[in-house]
Amino acid sequence: MYGIGVLKGLWVTLVHFFESFADDIRWGGKRYYTAEGIQHRRSSDTKGIFTVQYPEEKLPVPEEFRFIPFLLYDVDENGNAHDRCTSCGICAKVCPPQCIWIVRTEDPTTKRPVPEPVEFYIDVDICMNCGYCAEYCPFDAIKMDHDYELASFDRHAEHIYNKEKLSKPTSYYAGIRPTNYTREEKVRADEEAKKAAGAAARAATPAAAAAAPPAE
Amino acid sequence: MTDQTPKPDSSATTPAAPTPKPESSATAPAAPPQAAPVEKSELEKKFPDAVKRDARPGYEGDVVSADKLRDVAMYVRDDLDYDFLSSLTAVDYFSDLPNAASHMEVVYHLYKSTGGGSLVFRVQVPRDNAVVPSLIDIYPGADFQEREAWDLYGIRFDGHPDLRRILMWEGFAGHPMRKDWKEAYFEEELKPYKNRWPEGQVYRIEDRNPYGKNNKYPQGLNPETVTETADPLLYENLEKAAREYSEDIDTEQVVVNLGPQHPSTHGVFRMAVRLDGETIVALKPVMGYLHRNHEKIGERNTWIMNMPFTDRLDYLSSMSNNFGYAIAVEKLMGPKAAPPERAEYIRVIMAELTRLSNHLWAIGFLLNDLGAFFTPALYAITERELILDIFEATTGSRMMCNYFRFGGVARDLPAGVLEKIKDLVHERLPRKIDELDLYLTENELVRSRGEGVGVITPEQAIAYSAAGPVLRASGVPYDVRRADPYSIYDRFDFDVAVRYHGDVYDRYMIRIDELRQSLRILQQAIKGIPGGEIMTGKNPYQIRVPAGEAYGRVEGPKGELGYYIVSNGKANPYRYHVRAPSFINLTVLEKMCVGQKVADVVVNLGSIDIVLGEVDR
Repeated sequence: MYGIGVLKGLWVTLVHFFESFADDIRWGGKRYYTAEGIQHRRSSDTKGIFTVQYPEEKLPVPEEFRFIPFLLYDVDENGNAHDRCTSCGICAKVCPPQCIWIVRTEDPTTKRPVPEPVEFYIDVDICMNCGYCAEYCPFDAIKMDHDYELASFDRHAEHIYNKEKLSKPTSYYAGIRPTNYTREEKVRADEEAKKAAGAAARAATPAAAAAAPPAE
Repeated sequence: MTDQTPKPDSSATTPAAPTPKPESSATAPAAPPQAAPVEKSELEKKFPDAVKRDARPGYEGDVVSADKLRDVAMYVRDDLDYDFLSSLTAVDYFSDLPNAASHMEVVYHLYKSTGGGSLVFRVQVPRDNAVVPSLIDIYPGADFQEREAWDLYGIRFDGHPDLRRILMWEGFAGHPMRKDWKEAYFEEELKPYKNRWPEGQVYRIEDRNPYGKNNKYPQGLNPETVTETADPLLYENLEKAAREYSEDIDTEQVVVNLGPQHPSTHGVFRMAVRLDGETIVALKPVMGYLHRNHEKIGERNTWIMNMPFTDRLDYLSSMSNNFGYAIAVEKLMGPKAAPPERAEYIRVIMAELTRLSNHLWAIGFLLNDLGAFFTPALYAITERELILDIFEATTGSRMMCNYFRFGGVARDLPAGVLEKIKDLVHERLPRKIDELDLYLTENELVRSRGEGVGVITPEQAIAYSAAGPVLRASGVPYDVRRADPYSIYDRFDFDVAVRYHGDVYDRYMIRIDELRQSLRILQQAIKGIPGGEIMTGKNPYQIRVPAGEAYGRVEGPKGELGYYIVSNGKANPYRYHVRAPSFINLTVLEKMCVGQKVADVVVNLGSIDIVLGEVDR
């Protein structure tokens, strides 16, 4: 009979229509504006209304989520901040749209380059959020942020981020990416230990050589 | 017609090269010709005085002299059965050294529609008088590709009936892909730029080169008084095409422009349609509104930098784009870049998930074009959303994934993602695809709008280089995953979906079929995925690729996605070309539409499934 196909299709929409109420009733008002409600709506059992009421509701972002990069600094016991960045320039060199500018400086007395950058700019209008800078940084000094709400009133004045605006403490990074942080810190600690062991061995060798009786 | 535009770029620096012969120089990757070509190719035996084996190391195929090109092409198509012109592109071997030779090269990649490897041949012509005979009547699929080569390289194709610019606008100064052409905001020839590091001089690019002063015009052209030349030319050609359509009653025909701003065109795309009443007598697609010269950017970039740029071609299926580029570069890098087992499985899983999300989107929006406004589309993209969640958890981004690296993938699957994928492909998606099937397939309105509309015969589909679902819906069971297997696709048990009517309805059905086949592959891949490394060797930020050329292709969701790359052994690609399936599938659009009603144009376009980011590049 002509029209069966249309009726079947209408049946599907009718099922969807009732599902959008059924799930609401089952959850008794907890389906919206609660963390578990959002979780449920994004799960593979979801039925009914799927959308999220941004900005009242926000989807939790996964750990790997990447947005504009930021710079990390360590805080020592005395409360002094130390940039992890050594201005080696790998991030600027690997950046596909070339949105990173690094200003280096040298020590006025010794004329040797200072590792910490004087300035570090990222033009966030150009940044394509590819994550290469974070991926290839050998010092874990630049990482991708989770903050995606960057709207501002003046793109000319505010969209070239400087070092001050980019810098965030390591604790912030540990908060947004706990798994990555733990893994990377372990690697760093291992390397530190290896370096220390190497230095100790080097320090020990001449001493040992000196202590050893001359071969005769 | 178009040669009034002077070519300022082909003047001073180019020495005339009457007998183009690859010579080594500072910029061109051509290495000195090496002696002892091993064995004569089929073509060389047949055309001993017109065909020569390409002797440059890292290159394959033959060099054909321009005057014999048409004979060779005819022989290749009719006697050797290479009936599918996959890619036609140009390379500018340019050198500004005083004694070095420069030449233009047009490279043809052909395949058999029954499967197997490629046949490559090329034509070399001097840069300042680049004329190559057109192959449009032998391979009609060359149409847009020749226009693109004319537009971007200034190679004139003799005998092409409609050789207008295709991506740039008429009246544009120069041919932008030529090596001596410089874009607005030009900074340096190659990235990375020195003013970023070590110099660190920050500036806003617009401040350096303010709006209004960033245009170059052809000599003697005043932009204030210029008259439009492009559109009259377009309409003239439209009329010429319409003249083939004869009718007893002499009626007045009208031209209607669908687009560039039109909800049915899926972006900024225009179709100039000539109508007799409601019947279409000629149609010309007009594109390039979104053109950003992806390939020029690609040549300024280093190898690795291109990966995130490929995401932005077909922005609905970035993983497949990554896949194609990675395969092309790995081909050139050789076995040392072969990805480990686990990475291969992850790649296949991601590529098939991309196909699912792309086809769901395509079906949803085809129904939009049919007038079922957004209910089917929203049902379909709900599922797509769940797939994008997986991409986001794995790669950090929903659409711009940037996940593949040369020799592996960027990072391993995070904890829990594989379970999520398993849940989707075993439980939810099969159910939802069945629901979509029940919802739409038997619907009388879909059938009456789709059946017998926009019919493409298998011969036409092959001749016009249509690929992917468009080709397979016309009864040609050609799928790169089977015809020329790459990665680990030869290990999976799946069917090449094929439908035989070649109409809009079959192009819808084929996508439903392919969804189910992708699920099959995914179920096997999830079962078989091994542990271990995800990257061969280190993941260095700068790679060097051995000199030579490679053409890597994958079966993208929209069709055959190919990357043609040429390396000169340095940190940046010398040539980077994308064979974009959306772009080349549009060649057949006119054939689909002529003789149909104007309302069917929208449906025909929707059934090809284009993404303008890839069409315009």
